[in-house]
Amino acid sequence: MSSVAVTKKKGVGAVIWDYLTTVDHKKLAVLYLFSGLLFFAIAGFEALLMRIQLMFPNSDFISAGTFNELLTMHGTTMLFLAATPLLFGFMNMVVPLQIGARDVAFPFLNSLGFWLFFLGATFLHLSFFMGGAPDAGWTSYASLSLYSPGHGIDFYVLGLQISGAGTLISGINFIVTIITMRAPGMTFMRMPLFTWTSLISSTLILFAFPPLTVGLFLMLVDRMFDANFFDHTMGGNTIIWEHLFWIFGHPEVYILVLPAFGLFSEIIPVFARKRLFGYSSMVFATILIGFLGFMVWAHHMFTTGLGATANAIFAVATMAIAVPTGMKVFNWILTIWGGSIKVTVPMIYALGFIPSFVAGGVTGVMQATAPLDYQLHDSYFIVAHFHYVIVGGIVTAIFASFHFYWPLFFNRAMSEKLGYWTFWIFFIGFHLTFFVQHFLGLMGMPRRVFTYMEGQGWDLFNFISSIGAIMMAIGVVLMVLNMLLSIKSEPLNCRDYWGDGRSLEWALKTPIPFYNFKQTPLVRGFDPYWIEKQEGNPEGMTYAEPLGDVHMPNNSILPLIMSIGLFVAAFGALYHPDGESWSVPVMVIGLGITVLAMIVRSVKDDLGYHLHAEEIIEIENELYGKGGNK
Amino acid sequence: MSHDTEIQGRSQSQYEFDRRKSAVQMRKQVINFAIMIFLTFVAFATVVADFAPTFIKPVILLLAGIQVVLQLYSFMHMDDKHAPFIGVISTFVWVGAVIAFTFFLAFNTIIWW
Ligand code: HEM
Ligand SMILES: [Cu+2]
Repeated sequence: MSSVAVTKKKGVGAVIWDYLTTVDHKKLAVLYLFSGLLFFAIAGFEALLMRIQLMFPNSDFISAGTFNELLTMHGTTMLFLAATPLLFGFMNMVVPLQIGARDVAFPFLNSLGFWLFFLGATFLHLSFFMGGAPDAGWTSYASLSLYSPGHGIDFYVLGLQISGAGTLISGINFIVTIITMRAPGMTFMRMPLFTWTSLISSTLILFAFPPLTVGLFLMLVDRMFDANFFDHTMGGNTIIWEHLFWIFGHPEVYILVLPAFGLFSEIIPVFARKRLFGYSSMVFATILIGFLGFMVWAHHMFTTGLGATANAIFAVATMAIAVPTGMKVFNWILTIWGGSIKVTVPMIYALGFIPSFVAGGVTGVMQATAPLDYQLHDSYFIVAHFHYVIVGGIVTAIFASFHFYWPLFFNRAMSEKLGYWTFWIFFIGFHLTFFVQHFLGLMGMPRRVFTYMEGQGWDLFNFISSIGAIMMAIGVVLMVLNMLLSIKSEPLNCRDYWGDGRSLEWALKTPIPFYNFKQTPLVRGFDPYWIEKQEGNPEGMTYAEPLGDVHMPNNSILPLIMSIGLFVAAFGALYHPDGESWSVPVMVIGLGITVLAMIVRSVKDDLGYHLHAEEIIEIENELYGKGGNK
Repeated sequence: MSHDTEIQGRSQSQYEFDRRKSAVQMRKQVINFAIMIFLTFVAFATVVADFAPTFIKPVILLLAGIQVVLQLYSFMHMDDKHAPFIGVISTFVWVGAVIAFTFFLAFNTIIWW
């Protein structure tokens, strides 16, 4: 456990065991990052297959059934299992450092959240090998999914239920961390914007995931135990699923885009070398977006026949969100305005993000116009809209942050040169792919079709779109290559890699020791590291306490065991409707494992351990040479 | 550190102060408990007395709302003004309530009218 061994070589087994049991927010961040990247690659590959199928009319590269599976898994994976964990990775890494904490509030739950997500995601992906993936779209509308043969939808329901529990746990953990673990002097209105957006995004998780859980649960009993919540022939109502899904689903898109906004709000001031313009209006806009995000879900259902009154009210509410979003865009532009701009890879992503995201916002407002949406709904126009906000907003933020935060994660830097290549190939590919889809939509091409007839004027644009998709794939491959190449580069062993860092995370020297701060910092204003630099403080921070013993949590394998229990139980539940005799015992065993692990956790006191001041000095000497973290 | 696990002995006056505080707490909880039982009784009574459904439904919903607030403030200690972060906690609870109420209102007025 203790620590002197930080830099000493460990065996492979020991390293793997360390990651399986870790409760350190930085290691969990790495796990989130790599598993998110894995699922990003899988879902990207699925998209590529779909685009190859659609490249030419009347193509038979893949069958209609397979296309539906790829389509469903692409959307589900990208939103729940790629974007969410990648953003959680950055939140885990950066938020505790930004607020001057040694870890999150509940390190054990942090680990539990990760393993639930990972095993839920694995469960969902096993569907490909066990009789077919879900095929009713990422929205899984009940009128379609209830009648889907095979176990695909059951995999969707159970897998999302498990990984959703993980997301909910992590969200709660972040809320508590940000509220209770801030260093002295870090008032709410001094928190960096990424911490703010993480807080609001976690709050949205807290309020939005329960409706999804309820919806999935109703779907589960409908499919497995012949209940009739969504079956209109038995007095149910299929629209209820749509409401539950979108009451969750619209906030979900903001859960993803708010941290992305936060990441850009960190990147832009660093490279404009200027304080973030309009900080308090940024905070206000974040809160307002989060709140309004709950008031607009029916804009996904304009065509279900809600009636003119409901459509009008939800249309106006939706358009209202464009106002705080516009505030943010202007603040970013005004931050850059008049700054002494340094163009780097993260910055160029930020510069590409602003116009792309605005384009997505504009099409959003067009769709919010209910009468027009009767024309646009379920056409490729919608596909273009949400990819403009999701790829142009979220994926660019994630790629920019790979470059931006790589030194904090791995004490290495990614290549700038390769980074520019990646950016241009990916960015041009992105616009090629999705810009023409606006016109395909206006020409009447419906979304979610596996092929189309020639001679409708769609051929050229579909071809262009597929070329763009191939370019995006090349961009992603280059990105991964860049990451792998960074392994061979020299360790940085420095603080403030970009030279213009402003918030606390840049005040730490990399590699960051597992206890983060040897002494808790004292925050004396907004952009604390910037303040200390201005005053010529070589240590980068003022301390709030003398060097003393530090209390740290113990590692634990229990979160993994709890998650494995649910994973096992899910197989029992899945095969139960088939009348398999082993289904109930498997459910009992699985839940038994989970409950047993929970009992062990509750009964066995685990108070953590103390790291003594002398040990800290020893570790710092070993990491940074004599004189420690100076 | 928030994780510290020292055990501190209590002084005599601290002990007496705690005792008095607990007694007040206890009295408040018993009273609130009685009120809640009474409200439950009223809810049942409106049904048994066979009032019009248009009367029963709003009354029961109102009583339920009061019960939730009582539960939160007395049994779940939201009335403790000195608890750490009580302001944040109240904000979260009430924002959640407002959001949930909007759903309720939207469904009842413009969606399923
Ligand atoms: C100004 C802001 C925005 C407005 C006014 C807006 C409006 C809309 C509307 C009205 C629809 C429904 C269209 C239809 O199905 O007929 C829609 C769909 C969608 N939007 Fe947005 N949107 C905005 C921002 C965003 C953001 C920031 C994201 C994600 C980060 C997003 C993601 C989506 C997704 C995923 C869908 C499609 C869901 C589906 O049917 O599969 N939107 N948007
Ligand atoms: Cu929406």
